[in-house]
Amino acid sequence: MKIKAQVAMVLNLDKCIGCHTCSVTCKNTWTNRPGAEYMWFNNVETRPGMGYPHRWEDQEKYKGGWVLGKNGKLELKSGTKMSKIALGKIFYNPDMPELKDYYEPWTYNYSHLTTAKSGEHSPVARAESVITGEKMDLEWGPNWDDQLAGGHITGPKDPNIQKIEEEIMFNYEQTFMTYLPRLCEHCLNPSCVASCPSGAMYKRDEDGIVLVDQDACRGWRYCMTGCPYKKVYFNWQTNKAEKCHFCFPRVEAGIPTVCSETCTGRMRYLGVLLYDADKVLEAATVENPKDLYQSQLDLFLDPNDPEVIAQAEKDGISYEWIKAAQNSPVYKLAIEYKLAFPLHPEYRTLPMVWYCPPLSPIMNLFEGKDSIKNPDLIFPAIEEMRTPLEYLANMLTAGDVEPVKKSLQRMAMMRSYMRAISAGKDYDLSRLDRVGMTPEAVKQMYRLLAIAKYEDRFVIPTSHKEGYMDPYRAQGSEGYGTSQLFGADCDGCMPVTPGKSTKDIYQDNFYGGIWRD
Amino acid sequence: MVSQLLWVIFPYLCIFSFIIGHIFRFRYDQFNWTAKSSEFIEKKTLKYGSLMFHIGIVPVFLGHVVGLGVPKEWTRALGISDHLYHLGAAFGGGFFGIITLIGMILLTYRRLSVKAVRKLSSVSDIIVNLLLLFIVFIGVYATFFTTIAVPDFDYRETISVWFRGLLVFSPDAVFMNTVPLSFQLHVLTGFLIIGLWPYTRLVHVWSVPVNYVGRSYIIYRKHR
Repeated sequence: MKIKAQVAMVLNLDKCIGCHTCSVTCKNTWTNRPGAEYMWFNNVETRPGMGYPHRWEDQEKYKGGWVLGKNGKLELKSGTKMSKIALGKIFYNPDMPELKDYYEPWTYNYSHLTTAKSGEHSPVARAESVITGEKMDLEWGPNWDDQLAGGHITGPKDPNIQKIEEEIMFNYEQTFMTYLPRLCEHCLNPSCVASCPSGAMYKRDEDGIVLVDQDACRGWRYCMTGCPYKKVYFNWQTNKAEKCHFCFPRVEAGIPTVCSETCTGRMRYLGVLLYDADKVLEAATVENPKDLYQSQLDLFLDPNDPEVIAQAEKDGISYEWIKAAQNSPVYKLAIEYKLAFPLHPEYRTLPMVWYCPPLSPIMNLFEGKDSIKNPDLIFPAIEEMRTPLEYLANMLTAGDVEPVKKSLQRMAMMRSYMRAISAGKDYDLSRLDRVGMTPEAVKQMYRLLAIAKYEDRFVIPTSHKEGYMDPYRAQGSEGYGTSQLFGADCDGCMPVTPGKSTKDIYQDNFYGGIWRD
Repeated sequence: MVSQLLWVIFPYLCIFSFIIGHIFRFRYDQFNWTAKSSEFIEKKTLKYGSLMFHIGIVPVFLGHVVGLGVPKEWTRALGISDHLYHLGAAFGGGFFGIITLIGMILLTYRRLSVKAVRKLSSVSDIIVNLLLLFIVFIGVYATFFTTIAVPDFDYRETISVWFRGLLVFSPDAVFMNTVPLSFQLHVLTGFLIIGLWPYTRLVHVWSVPVNYVGRSYIIYRKHR
């Protein structure tokens, strides 16, 4: 056994209001640079819909993730190592998404509004491509199908819809809608890392965050194909891969990621999970895709088990991190209560961003003015939910409806129990037994989900840099300096000049632009 | 004097630039070391252009290694007659040369005509592109036309001897004086691109991910 720690996230979709605050704050922090305009490390999709990039879940087109080979071994869906180098895929990657699968970034010629000559009509700021500078007719952009706009066209193209056998209605009155905020999954078995020919992508040993080494990346772009979530991006200015880095400078300091910190619905949770690194491959290799959810759950170790603690200490995990794992909201929601699920476990990447499924408006049946008096009808009602269970299951459990149903039942039961308490009504506790809960556990769950205090949502231990650097010597330095030639080599520690790309800034500062390639 | 300049000083300058430039760039410019692919912007023409160019250039390069590096006596000793060798070089080399040339024409057309690709091209990209197109074109031209127009000319007794002399530091420009113009241009532009190599996108050639084949899929990194 080899225990490693992973910083993971849970998103409670039941509370997501689709406000895009996470996307916007993330963008303003990390990707507001030339070459990165089209990148949304975090984006919120309205479902059913096409997603970003278009139909990213269609792995027959994009070839992301892992598949079981004929010999029962795990292989990249995009092809073996040899096929990439020997078969010429390195010269042309047939499965790579193009910019137009995301959208072509644009701006508006605002200056025209003030410089236009006097005329009959008011001047208009037209859209201009950021890449070519040419006028653009906008046909697609970020969140083009937000709030189901054009849902009767985009909805049926949702790959999760296409897997449902029954017919789904896209009439305005009959359809359903839910939000799906997405970011890099920081997988335990990351297919992007496995796809990188240069070895530039890696998983951090101490917290499992998946990063791209910008110096080692050679721009082969297999990671884009390899990631089934399409969360590795190609910077068209620097010609290197970039991705969500889980705000590691913040996480190292024990504070939440920007998307989590700014979530207005307070529906994001961050915490530590302990897992057995030796079993990862085995867990990803189970034959039936529907068993992948369970095999992923089995990887995680009980942080209160004395044996686990002893082994974790032996494997170099600090006391502080073990403590954090014991208080981890992610462990509670995903493993203890089994409310949260990995997104598309069938990709076999063992994703580490988990989702609590949303309860659709059925709760009105039990909580509203005209509520049904018999709360036992909750169970049949969940099956009749407006958001089809099969749809949620296609996203969260490779199509296995049971676990999703149970999760929703637990959440519904929690709500009716807490309502009974606050309304001073009697409650038949045997109903809690039916979902395997105790009153104490339900109250804790309620506190975590509904009250959602900051310190309960985010349990992040700080990194232990004293283990590999001398913090005394680091005092007063910029914190990044390692270069012997130029002294401190923090290229990013300066105000960003408007209109300059990362590459420009890098070159200007680094060696005066003598090699403006 | 001109002959010394062209066939001794210039090549050595290019080789010097090639070596020193690479060392320096590798040491201090990892961030800009990339394949600089524009497939993300345009894919359709790139498919044929890039595949043809790259699949052509590898055998063409190997052909150059043999043609320039292996003396006549060696191939004769292996029982390959000069005639057989030339047939192989002309047809094999010509075949892959033409594939490379078509690829290069497609890539140049794409680089100049697709506006988004042109906008993202740096000066060095354009120079490399046009230079490569010229080198490949003049090389194919020399293979097919000059060898017929000047049947007496044998590059294995002139260019190759001169080239090997360069490598062992006993250069002799005399060998190059009688070489037909098309071959001379091919050699000069060839050395020019060698000299420019480390400062351009061509450095991606050295990043061919050979060790990917043998490495484990998942990589963990630890602070040291």
